Amino acid sequence: MALKDITLGQYFPGNSVVHRLDPRTKLIAVMLYIVALFLCEFFLTYAILFLTLCACIKLSGVPVKSIVRGMKPVVFIVVFTALLNLFYTPGEHVLVKLWIFTITLEGVFSAFFMVVRILMLISGTFLLTYTTSPILLTDGLESLMGPLKKVKVPVHELAMMMSIALRMIPTLIEETDKIMSAQKARGADFESGSLLQRAKALIPILVPLFISAFRRADELAVAMECRCYHGGEGRTRMRQLRYQANDRRTIAAFLALTVLVGVLGHFGL
Amino acid sequence: MDPIIETKGLTHTYSAGTPFEHTALDSVDFAAYPGEYLGVIGHTGSGKSTLIQHLNGLLKPTSGQVLFQGQDIWSDPKTTRRTRFQVGLVFQYPEYQLFEETVYKDISFGPRNMGLDEGEIDRRVRQAAYFVGLRDDQLDKSPFELSGGQKRRVAIAGVIAMEPKVLILDEPTAGLDPVGVEAILSNIRDYHQARGATIILVSHSMEEVARTVDRLVVVNDARIPLQGTPREVFRHGEQLEAMGLGVPQMTRVFHRLRALDVDVDPSVYTVEQARAAILDALERGPRKAENRLCGERKKEPADMEFSAPVAENGMEQASSDEGVR
Repeated sequence: MALKDITLGQYFPGNSVVHRLDPRTKLIAVMLYIVALFLCEFFLTYAILFLTLCACIKLSGVPVKSIVRGMKPVVFIVVFTALLNLFYTPGEHVLVKLWIFTITLEGVFSAFFMVVRILMLISGTFLLTYTTSPILLTDGLESLMGPLKKVKVPVHELAMMMSIALRMIPTLIEETDKIMSAQKARGADFESGSLLQRAKALIPILVPLFISAFRRADELAVAMECRCYHGGEGRTRMRQLRYQANDRRTIAAFLALTVLVGVLGHFGL
Repeated sequence: MDPIIETKGLTHTYSAGTPFEHTALDSVDFAAYPGEYLGVIGHTGSGKSTLIQHLNGLLKPTSGQVLFQGQDIWSDPKTTRRTRFQVGLVFQYPEYQLFEETVYKDISFGPRNMGLDEGEIDRRVRQAAYFVGLRDDQLDKSPFELSGGQKRRVAIAGVIAMEPKVLILDEPTAGLDPVGVEAILSNIRDYHQARGATIILVSHSMEEVARTVDRLVVVNDARIPLQGTPREVFRHGEQLEAMGLGVPQMTRVFHRLRALDVDVDPSVYTVEQARAAILDALERGPRKAENRLCGERKKEPADMEFSAPVAENGMEQASSDEGVR
């Protein structure tokens, strides 16, 4: 049952102001936020963005704990980047000199800001996936990438593939669980033995899993064709995306924020 | 007689400590005896699948014990693993777990995991194939070339080949045609008789369970509210209906007859029993029963052939009777 506990897609159902925003608004806001994050220079600009992030998390009602938990997989990258920045930033104010390592004041600042930047980047994008269901997210992406259709990018097909893939993840996890139980009941052992033995032990799981994935794909294709699916042309939607007053305000606020941070950053603040 | 496998105060809670917490079993005491053919019924989500997955140690109890031949199967890892071979579990739609290149290799997967020698593996594979009615020339085929019913037989043979003392089957006949259903059920019966093994059959179908098992266990809402011989269990028709399970058609007919004041045995569940019960009722109170059962038709009760269609006729008669009133 351990497999079922994995969170994928990471949607955190709720009905907050942030949840109710149009997915496109949230996508645009996150993009502006990321741009602003890279325009940041020093304490003031970072502080402005940090406060914005805190306000958004508060409004969304997503527990801070789950956002922090999501950071675990990137801890290694963060530490690695911090160390690189710490030791390899050249500067005038040398703090410590040890063998081939030199730590400068500039290095300390650069490492600190880099860590803050990465963590804020991840929390911001997490907030997007926590507050937007995967299906809405693909709808939003499809709509935002709409103009690319002009240059023959199959936007609708890509979005459809993405929604189907997302939809199938829990199903496949359940299936894997079932097949694992069935093979365990026949004495399969996944926990002991050498690496090679363990890899071999996966065959009885992977073969049935692939077969069932192909079978499902086939069935789905037939079912879609039976309902006359023929791609995006002339297709209407059950959920129409419409910008509300809140969406316009949000986009305006984030635009202003980016410009403000850009200007302040320009002066090195 | 001591049970071959039993649970004591078995409780299982899924996703404990999260908002999705769900108790699938609530201090369940369950027992199966050596050589018994036991039926387990319950609707989807009643906890029956969770129960059977505890019996061979696939799930670990949140609290309570699972005992196999009097020994706690979780006492040490070796015992748990040994129990998996002694208690064979055939999952629902087992054909989806096939993976080998040939039928022979797939059936031998279990015995091979047991660490048996080649000669013994060969004997077991051939015997298991024989039990489920697979021909020798089918053993070298790819399991994916076979029909759905045959695939399922291969999967069942894969568990039988471990020669478990207890064989648990979760809805082994789901999705098969009537001929396939009969074949699988008779294969299981053969194994039961030839090996003297304990069989635990999980099913939705009351008819199927009623005609095959010695004893019935009803699982509902994480508990076992009813158990006993089919006759004893089907006597609680209304309770079963309330659980969304229903009773065999024949039992329903007889409950209806009783509601119409005919003095018949309410625990009837097969056509043979129905025939005996009706003859018995006719003997005891010919006039009354004749009126109810035969309506206007003036026939000598002794001449009547009580086969299934006639009995159903009787029900129609009874319901139209009710309509008039």
